[in-house]
Amino acid sequence: MTEAQLHHTPLLDLHRALGARLIEFGGWLMPVQYTGIVQEHRAVRERVGLFDLSHMGELFVEGPQAGEALAGALVTDPPALPLGRAHYSMICQPDGGIIDDLIVYHVTAERYLIVANASNAQVVSDTLAERLDGFRAVLDDRSLATALVAVQGPLARTVLGPLTDVDLEGLRYYAIAEGQVAGVPALVARTGYTGEDGFELFVEWSRAGSVWTALSEAGAGDGIAPVGLGARDTLRLEAGMPLYGNELDRDATPYDAGLGRVVKLDKTGDFVGRAALERVARDGPARRLVGLAVRGRGIARHGHPVHAGDRATGIVTSGTHSPTLGLPIAMAYVAPADGEPGTILEVEIRGQRVPAEVVPLPFYRRAS
Amino acid sequence: MGVPTDLRYSKDHEWVRVDGDGATIGITEYAAAQLGDVVFVELPDPGSTLDQFGTFGVVESVKAVSDLFAPVAGEVVEVNGELAGRPELVNEEPYGAGWMLRLRIADAAQLEQLLDAPAYEQLISET
Repeated sequence: MTEAQLHHTPLLDLHRALGARLIEFGGWLMPVQYTGIVQEHRAVRERVGLFDLSHMGELFVEGPQAGEALAGALVTDPPALPLGRAHYSMICQPDGGIIDDLIVYHVTAERYLIVANASNAQVVSDTLAERLDGFRAVLDDRSLATALVAVQGPLARTVLGPLTDVDLEGLRYYAIAEGQVAGVPALVARTGYTGEDGFELFVEWSRAGSVWTALSEAGAGDGIAPVGLGARDTLRLEAGMPLYGNELDRDATPYDAGLGRVVKLDKTGDFVGRAALERVARDGPARRLVGLAVRGRGIARHGHPVHAGDRATGIVTSGTHSPTLGLPIAMAYVAPADGEPGTILEVEIRGQRVPAEVVPLPFYRRAS
Repeated sequence: MGVPTDLRYSKDHEWVRVDGDGATIGITEYAAAQLGDVVFVELPDPGSTLDQFGTFGVVESVKAVSDLFAPVAGEVVEVNGELAGRPELVNEEPYGAGWMLRLRIADAAQLEQLLDAPAYEQLISET
């Protein structure tokens, strides 16, 4: 794909002016880094970072039966969400394979916001539209009309506070409120993908630039830094959060990924994937997603084989050098018996076997 | 980004500093910047022989792994042991403390196949 065929976020010119290196991601031209992954990563862990996530899909589901329809379409139970609250969810195939992982926000009584990954936004939109059929609920795909700016890090509230009329102190983790940011109407959510406190701001496409600029200026004294997809990946990996296409795909069930708690088998009514997921819940998944701390030289990467002694046991799904811990970390699928923390496995890195210890996830948890 | 005029360059973005029949080899500032933060460098053992334009190791940044290619053939006489503990030297001082290895040049004529500083500058300005 050439640059011209890719979607552009409303902030692309700002990224270019900041000297960002741009890459294709999920059909979008996106900043992968500005000054460097490690610097940007540390800015989020120690201070505050600013992200353009306008490539994400924003799907509004509205109507008197919106909640009921979503309960049949997703593995979670959106009608159980109090107003103004959110939860992590998934949309699955009938065989239990994951189509995408999502955040579901209960915005108003009959209105939900579903945020999907960029690369899956279209298929989620199409699948939801099919699954809403017969319900008094409509899908309004506003992916190309809604920009998403995230402000993440221990100083996120300090920076955002003076710019918004939303009571940030009263806004709980995984909650959402309507208000204004820098004079722009916004949905302000206390969610993120970094392992830090922070906020995600949904605003109209054409107003994203003024929100971004206002946050940059307001955060200058606190050392706010623009953060690209490179550091977004190292941040989420340290926080033990799965990435669709790495840990999650259509061959994986939520139970494989250690996310069985997300599936609400006790909700009333059928939902797509229920029978298959009940079987996996009963019999146990065939593999287990684990954290690995690499104890030798080299970095485990996506696709590297994992061995338990002479036996092949699985494959690395994501791996990097952890900027916070200063050592190579990875997530991998392994046979359930090989997944106990403390187990020493081996990762095959360019033909060399390197020892790696199974460790509990997440690798990093912020001090609360 | 300055390109030192006393070095020779390969199209794979390695540099060579020639001193008699010896050569010091590293990667250019441009290459280091493209890789991003270097976190691991894998180098050959002293005594091993390298072919011109053959791989001699890998460099890993946070983001990705890249092969290293020998700009000239020769026998490795020394590798930069500092890089095991401080791989960031590759980013900080690519032409100095971030050097990777020294070798005894097998065939000085191979140096003619490398770029001089203006030609290398031209190469990176086109990419």
